[in-house]
Amino acid sequence: MEITGAQALIKSLEMQQVEVMFGLPGGAILPVYDPVLDSSIRHILVRHEQGAGHMAEGYAQVTGRPGVAMVTSGPGATNIVTPLADAYMDSIPLVVITGQVATSSIGTDAFQESDITGITMGVTKHNWLVTDGADIPRVVAEAFHVATTGRPGPVLVDIPKDVAQKPMAWYWPEPGDLDLPGYHPVTEGDPVRIREAAELLLTAERPVIYAGGGILKARAADALRELAERTGIPVVTTLMARGSFPDSHPLCLGMPGMHGNYTAVTAMQQADLLIALGSRFDDRVTGKIDAFAPHAKVIHVDIDPAELHKVRVADVAVAGDCRLVIEEMLGALDGLGLAHAGTTRAGRGGSPADAPVGAPAAPGSRAAAFPRERLGAWRAQLGEWQARFPLVYDQQDGPGPLKPQFVLEVLRDATPEDTIVASGVGQHQMFASQWWRFDHPYTWVNSGGLGTMGFAVPAAIGAKVGRPDKTVWAVDGDGCFQMTAQELVTATSERIPVKIAILNNAYLGMVRQWQEMFYEERYSEVYLSPDLPDYVGWAESMGCVGIRVESPGEVAAAIDKANAVDDRPVVIDFRTDAFEKVFPMVPAGASNDDIIVDPSLGEAGR
Amino acid sequence: MSVYGTDQHHHTLSVLVENKSGVLARVAGLFSRRGYNIFSLAVAPSDDERFSRITIVVDVASAPLEQIIKQLDKLVPVVAITELDPAHSRERELLLATVEAGPEARGQVIELVGVFEGKIVDVGRERLTVMLAGAPSKLDDFEDLIRGYGIVELQRTGRVALPMLDRSDHRGRSGPVSAPDTEKAG
Repeated sequence: MEITGAQALIKSLEMQQVEVMFGLPGGAILPVYDPVLDSSIRHILVRHEQGAGHMAEGYAQVTGRPGVAMVTSGPGATNIVTPLADAYMDSIPLVVITGQVATSSIGTDAFQESDITGITMGVTKHNWLVTDGADIPRVVAEAFHVATTGRPGPVLVDIPKDVAQKPMAWYWPEPGDLDLPGYHPVTEGDPVRIREAAELLLTAERPVIYAGGGILKARAADALRELAERTGIPVVTTLMARGSFPDSHPLCLGMPGMHGNYTAVTAMQQADLLIALGSRFDDRVTGKIDAFAPHAKVIHVDIDPAELHKVRVADVAVAGDCRLVIEEMLGALDGLGLAHAGTTRAGRGGSPADAPVGAPAAPGSRAAAFPRERLGAWRAQLGEWQARFPLVYDQQDGPGPLKPQFVLEVLRDATPEDTIVASGVGQHQMFASQWWRFDHPYTWVNSGGLGTMGFAVPAAIGAKVGRPDKTVWAVDGDGCFQMTAQELVTATSERIPVKIAILNNAYLGMVRQWQEMFYEERYSEVYLSPDLPDYVGWAESMGCVGIRVESPGEVAAAIDKANAVDDRPVVIDFRTDAFEKVFPMVPAGASNDDIIVDPSLGEAGR
Repeated sequence: MSVYGTDQHHHTLSVLVENKSGVLARVAGLFSRRGYNIFSLAVAPSDDERFSRITIVVDVASAPLEQIIKQLDKLVPVVAITELDPAHSRERELLLATVEAGPEARGQVIELVGVFEGKIVDVGRERLTVMLAGAPSKLDDFEDLIRGYGIVELQRTGRVALPMLDRSDHRGRSGPVSAPDTEKAG
């Protein structure tokens, strides 16, 4: 069957079971947009190519399926570089199709030409420039394979206009037809190492599971929970792993790192064993690396062998898929005689997980039968820290300034518990991670590694497209919102009812916080104004419901009103206290031992 | 001491890559964006037309060798990486040099080239262009000696290498660290 390269490309995407793609057409990609009209794939027309990329990321984060975006050459392609870099840092599977000028024009500085494969080499897992239409099905199959296997990541396929126009003989490659002689991702870990890891687990006195985004990528949340519950080892969940272990679980210590809570940060500092599962010792977690977890032996499990020993030399390093490795580890624990919690594996009755973190295991209970009892002192210490250094804020009643944390608590309590929360980057992101209660995997969508302002609105739209059955709230800052808000036009016209809570403190708040704390309150280029733009008017002009909230008493009613809207996006402009800072905080470059807790914790604060 | 020789700061990686456009840019780009230093680099098609071989001498003072190898291994077109420890491999390099060789010096330069088993490849009135192939340390010595006569231009190829043959039951250190049939990073 002879079809055009463009038809072959769309057909190949259909063969990959793509149900939705995000994009914006232009000159070089024009031929590919024609068969889009005849395709089963839903195309969502964005207002800026960066939005297409972040939507594809949000879609991928909540569905586990690769996000697909399609844009034209030149500026279309360069506009999607930021989402590619974002997805590369956070290991999100994306397949981005870019148009390219005709092969005869490549290298001539033609109109809307850019060397996008060259530009994105450093921010994609791999990319392809297709110069022969006959390669299209194979390259698309390779692209999806590379994006979704091993450590997931973004890939880019660049299609010159003439390649899309010319006929080719259609075929669909068998798995063995892929031409990837150098690509063999690891999956199963070395059983010898895994047994060594299991032995270390059983001898530790102050162990902490350091769960990272790899848990979610490997769909290992259930395995992680079983590991924690069987061993009684407490779990910290990094910014990328929020939701991978339930916040309401007694063994959950919450988020570690620069704005992590005191107990999570200090537990890692004092630990004698860190079990790093799909985490990568990011500088935002470790603080000053030489001073990080100085007493801890390290078990490090990651599907990317290059992460092992990269930042911290591990005592036991296992390259493999987190879910498979944890399952193997549970088997090894069986072999070492660690009792199951009977028929109540899910942590009901008899499991150490029933006890509060601070409580020693009850004598005589099954939990006390084996080494878990040794963790009693450790868990008591953790409980003491949790009681002494909670997350705090002070919301005064009456018309006083509205605290962002208060808004988040009301929002959290007024929405379904499996609500998907997307966030941008900055103070609001940290407040959201701290104050939300993530009890389900794939409910937290944010830009972790790259820290991309403007991520929230398009990512929330992509998430809602992927999970239309769920309530999706974006928690955004006023600075972030202004970067990508135009995508709400996309949301309105495509009937994607996302909800946006702007924590509008009229500042680039995180930069302002650093200038206050570390630059002698010399505020340089951080003031934005609460009224310009008029967020309510702007929202309404984009077809959204716009609501303004200025005092604590109005918060709940506004959220209820927003939750009742199901046919269009809603934007709430929460006017929050500009002077509120995110605590705890480990100053950049400092040791995690120098964590600064909220000043209101008084002498107990450090 | 050799500036180019077999000191501990340099390791030779023999990298088998797919013979496709842009692969050298991917390898070179990886080194620059991760802050690894390339000391020398030589590329040519291998005996299998699907693959090329890149011989890279890396400055391991810039990053641990293990990390460099693992990151290289993540590049999709990289098929296999072999670490060639200088102590366990045969390394060779080619040097071309145009040397000042007026009537008085000419005999001495020719003699020196003879001692090093090099060749005279071009002869001018006042200059000679000479060629020498050999171990990098030998080239270093030769370069030092001809410097006294005046080097007009000098070009070295960067080294290529193969593992030393095994003459005992003991396997050398220079076994492949990654081969097409072994597990490889995603």
